[in-house]
Amino acid sequence: MSWLSQALSSSLGKKLLMAMTGLFLIVFLIGHLLGNMLLFKDDGGQAFNEYAKFMTTTPAVLVLSILTYISIIAHVIYSIIITIHNRKSRPVQYAVSNASANSVWTSRSMGVLGTLVLIFIVIHLKSFWFEMKFGSVPIVAYDSGSIKNLYLIVVEAFSQSWYVAFYVIAMMVLAFHLSHGFKSAFQTLGLAHIKYTPLIKTIGTAFAIIVPTLFASMPIYMYMKFHGLL
Amino acid sequence: MDLTLKIWRQKDSQDRGGFQTHKVSDITPDTSFLEMLDILNDQLEKKNEDPVHFDHDCREGICGACSMYINGRPHGPQQGITTCQLHMRSFKDGDTITIEPWRAQPFPVIKDLIVDRTSFDRIIQAGGYISVGTGGVPDANEIPIPARVSNEAMDAAACIGCGACVAACKNASAMLFVAAKVSHLALLPQGNVEAQERAEKMVEQMDEEGFGSCTNTGACSAECPKGISLEHIARLNREYYFAKQSSDNIPAEDEVHGAG
Ligand code: HEM
Ligand code: SF4
Ligand code: FES
Repeated sequence: MSWLSQALSSSLGKKLLMAMTGLFLIVFLIGHLLGNMLLFKDDGGQAFNEYAKFMTTTPAVLVLSILTYISIIAHVIYSIIITIHNRKSRPVQYAVSNASANSVWTSRSMGVLGTLVLIFIVIHLKSFWFEMKFGSVPIVAYDSGSIKNLYLIVVEAFSQSWYVAFYVIAMMVLAFHLSHGFKSAFQTLGLAHIKYTPLIKTIGTAFAIIVPTLFASMPIYMYMKFHGLL
Repeated sequence: MDLTLKIWRQKDSQDRGGFQTHKVSDITPDTSFLEMLDILNDQLEKKNEDPVHFDHDCREGICGACSMYINGRPHGPQQGITTCQLHMRSFKDGDTITIEPWRAQPFPVIKDLIVDRTSFDRIIQAGGYISVGTGGVPDANEIPIPARVSNEAMDAAACIGCGACVAACKNASAMLFVAAKVSHLALLPQGNVEAQERAEKMVEQMDEEGFGSCTNTGACSAECPKGISLEHIARLNREYYFAKQSSDNIPAEDEVHGAG
């Protein structure tokens, strides 16, 4: 099987892993978004809490979440390997560079944008995943039984304006990462065709706008609700 | 017009190099960029100074020799042309023009603006041959090729190996060049026989030379004097992945186990 490891360690093989993990994370974003939309439900957080319980106790979800962690870690590790290699390919920089004449800044800033997304992911996991798993989350009693009230943690977090601002900015960064990443992944996979490429580009742009906007609307909604602005 | 030229001067590959400022005056707008440098070199030679070394040959956009990074872009401010096709009408009187060599680890500077691009030649060599049957000449019309396919192959074949794609890319990636070379043969029946092996070997050589990998920024295609499109890079990716999973080219160690 060394032909396989040889193929995956070539420059194109590394890019293939980058694209596949990136696309997997894109699929993850859809699932994560749909679930969290329950925050908009006006039921004091019951549906959201039951969803959180389901997500932390179902074996199939566990498999998916492990795949997600592996994807993030692999995506980050390969981005570092690729970026270091790319830097080495140009040891002497140009004194004058007019890169904006031939390419879009997002495509040239995937490393910086990705690093910011990573910082967000770490803080985000600390706030909610870590709290849910190891923190002291209050228990709430429903007809179906007593479960952890993660909703309360969310309300608390998003009652602070700086935290909301941090989320909104992070989602803008994600939007820029996706605005290039989505279509780039298809190009990397070799999926280019006169019929489908325009469609992929349109969907990619729409995805990069809609998904982060919906994510960002949650902390804004929670903040406004908490402070009686709705 | 009068111009200030900030030109990269470097004695040889070992020298650290640096910018030197030169002035030229009374340049007419219809002077080509290389002629402008010829005028500068005349001046320098009259003063017994070392002329600026730069690569050039055809001076009509077909050899790809005239590699120069002008004001932050390969081949200067215009798209779709080489430096020899650039004219001074693209600049204004009093402009300062910065001229640098291609910057890439696999393109070491030989002197001033001349870089060694034999890494491209080695990639071509790695691509190998195409099978051409000897014997009777087949009737050309016996192998129907859709016009779109042959056009695409010819578009790819227009690559002149200038290296502007590498120079423009933030990663110094040679993907557009390699993609053009792989595409123009893979698309046609004559080159199809060795298509898999060719994609594998050319990519392997590309990596060995130390070129960066592709982030799909599209800078290469935007700066390519022949307008080679990004679709060829997608095709190279495709060709490579399919070759890797189905070609019979395996590393020697696997072969030993397989035979045992
Ligand atoms: C939800 C999170 C993320 C998603 C959905 C995502 C998605 C993507 C996609 C689809 C690509 C395009 C792959 C290609 O060009 O073939 C990409 C590229 C990239 N990502 Fe991410 N990404 C995420 C997080 C991150 C993080 C945390 C980093 C951390 C450093 C990162 C760094 C990069 C880099 C550097 C590239 C460009 C690689 C190259 O040079 O081609 N990404 N990402
Ligand atoms: S692909 Fe275009 S820029 Fe690159 S070497 Fe060929 S002609 Fe030059
Ligand atoms: S000198 Fe031949 S392309 Fe410019």
